[in-house]
Amino acid sequence: MSESDVTRGGLEGARPGREAVTGAHAGRRRRRRRDRRGEQPVVPEAHFSSYYGRPVLKAPPWRALDIAGYLFLGGLAGASSLLAAGGQVTGRPGLARVAKLGAAGAITVSLGALVHDLGRPARFVNMLRVVKPTSPMNIGSWLLAGYAPLTVAAAAADVTGRLRVMGAGATAVAAVLGPAVATYTAVLLSDTAVPSWHEGYRELPFVFAGSGAAAAAGLALACAPPAQTEPARRMAVLGAVTELGAFRLMKRRMGLVAEPFEQGRPHRLLRGAELLTTAGAALAACADAVGRAGVGRRLGRVPAAVAGAALLTGSAALRFGVFHAGVASAQDPAYTVVPQRERLRARSG
Amino acid sequence: MNDGERTAAGPAGGAPPDTHRSLPHGPRADVARAAGHRDPPPRMGFFTDTSVCIGCKACEVACKEWNGVPEHGLELTGMSYDNTQGLGANSWRHVAFVEQRKPLGGQEPGVAHAGPDVFEAARALGTSPGAGTPAPETAPAGAPAGEIPPVAPGGRTELRWLMSSDVCKHCTQAACLDVCPTGALFRTEFGTVVLQEDVCNGCGYCVPACPYGVVGRREGDGRAWKCTLCYDRLGAGLEPACAKACPTDSIQFGPLEELRERAAARVAQLHAAGVRDARLYGESPEDGVGGDGAFFLLLDEPEVYGLPPDPVVTTRDLPAMWKQAALAAVSLAALGVAGFVRRPR
Repeated sequence: MSESDVTRGGLEGARPGREAVTGAHAGRRRRRRRDRRGEQPVVPEAHFSSYYGRPVLKAPPWRALDIAGYLFLGGLAGASSLLAAGGQVTGRPGLARVAKLGAAGAITVSLGALVHDLGRPARFVNMLRVVKPTSPMNIGSWLLAGYAPLTVAAAAADVTGRLRVMGAGATAVAAVLGPAVATYTAVLLSDTAVPSWHEGYRELPFVFAGSGAAAAAGLALACAPPAQTEPARRMAVLGAVTELGAFRLMKRRMGLVAEPFEQGRPHRLLRGAELLTTAGAALAACADAVGRAGVGRRLGRVPAAVAGAALLTGSAALRFGVFHAGVASAQDPAYTVVPQRERLRARSG
Repeated sequence: MNDGERTAAGPAGGAPPDTHRSLPHGPRADVARAAGHRDPPPRMGFFTDTSVCIGCKACEVACKEWNGVPEHGLELTGMSYDNTQGLGANSWRHVAFVEQRKPLGGQEPGVAHAGPDVFEAARALGTSPGAGTPAPETAPAGAPAGEIPPVAPGGRTELRWLMSSDVCKHCTQAACLDVCPTGALFRTEFGTVVLQEDVCNGCGYCVPACPYGVVGRREGDGRAWKCTLCYDRLGAGLEPACAKACPTDSIQFGPLEELRERAAARVAQLHAAGVRDARLYGESPEDGVGGDGAFFLLLDEPEVYGLPPDPVVTTRDLPAMWKQAALAAVSLAALGVAGFVRRPR
């Protein structure tokens, strides 16, 4: 605030000292800062008042690695449970095992990250003190409390070969809960005052569903025997289409608050996610076609592994991009004040 | 907390009320009863009349003293006298300072000291009679006796200084309370929203949920903290520390209904006096949060003070959000099944 920086463009953030003019910094209508490198704005530049340019809202105090990481791993686990059940039912034991281990591993790491992000980790059990449908975090905690042990039981039964009936039951119930685990995280983000998260509440669950499907398919492609991964390849394509389509729709409907997705680090992450997911899905589709023609066997697992890695990285990049865009939208008062002003103006006629 | 003098309607009496329950949306007169308190006292709140705030920050100090709120760090902002910067875990009252080049309604800028000079008159006492009488011709140029120059000598209009003591709004529909996963935030019998520090596990969800950016997570402590509207003092029949300390009665505490009447009268009075900018903020039960338990009289648009112009409780859209998530979950399951459907050969 009081510090100034010497940059190539001259002195930045310097205060005028004795030459200060009354009210030059406060309560006046000001042009919004804009990142010139980003894409062209969706909405013309708005003039608005703010309190010394300070944010109206508080950004979430969460660590990106913990929470964006959880968004990714939760999606990976949830969609993997679908592949696990499908693989088990259709006689693809290799696919089922990878998916079961993936779901159990991802959700276990997720729980660690979630507890680690708490201000008082020792009190994590307080999450289950009440049942509160108005709190997506509370519902999510209950969901995970049911889902995580099931995935671990399913994976353990598969690996040890014991208690197969119980393992099959756990796999089936986990597949029912999995889609909810993969999509409720969108509500978790949207149910805040953060403009770029809240305004996307209609499409964000579909973005996360598609992204989770692409990640789970990616893991299966990379690790499961290629002969059994046909469902994963189809899932990769469908997931990528859902994710990218829903994301485009979301940005178009959001108006001004879509801007944080188009600027700076979130923009780079989301652009990378788009490219990786598209490339991974395309590669998976090609492998699918080549595999059906029966000439892909000599290529071995390399294309599938590359496609899988691209899909996994793309899904992770998407979650981090969405996370950082939300934080950026909370830190700039424009995204709070301008849409609310427009709403008031529209209401008063 | 001081349990001794708490009313019988409090959590101590009878079956524990479901005080962390969310309220149905829409205007609601009796929040405490809706939250499960039987026979609650009238809803209490703050009316902060910023037109008489002098920016002394006694409220900030009194709040810290009474509630044992730690210092938030000595950071000089260089932007104004406001080094508190905003509400947060360690600032439950925050005095905003806004400088504007605009005369306050009814204020007389560039006061000309054209009246009799009492010091000169006193000095002249006992000497020659009539020597201390000032001449009316000595008034500054552009300011004939009894008139006020509209513009300061530099050609600039005069400034006005807006000061406002911000605080947790204790919303009727409180997003922080709605989203709290542990039930640490609850509705008191006074209709206020209080955070129980012995339950909070520091998930930080209330922080981005608040449409006013009030709640903060305390560094080193890990838990969220905010204004309690001095729940302990209210229970003992005292007024909150900030209201008690306010030397100009800018911060007024009382039953919300009474405060609303008082505020309406004050706005009418200011409008009559020519202060056209005066307006109430957060008093309407029809707004996006169902009305604030702590509302304000402002002299400019809310965003000038760092307040959102049209806040909406985020959980208003939550049913739609759950519906969308359920649709997406079904789509994901269908997508998974589609992967396994046997292709026709």
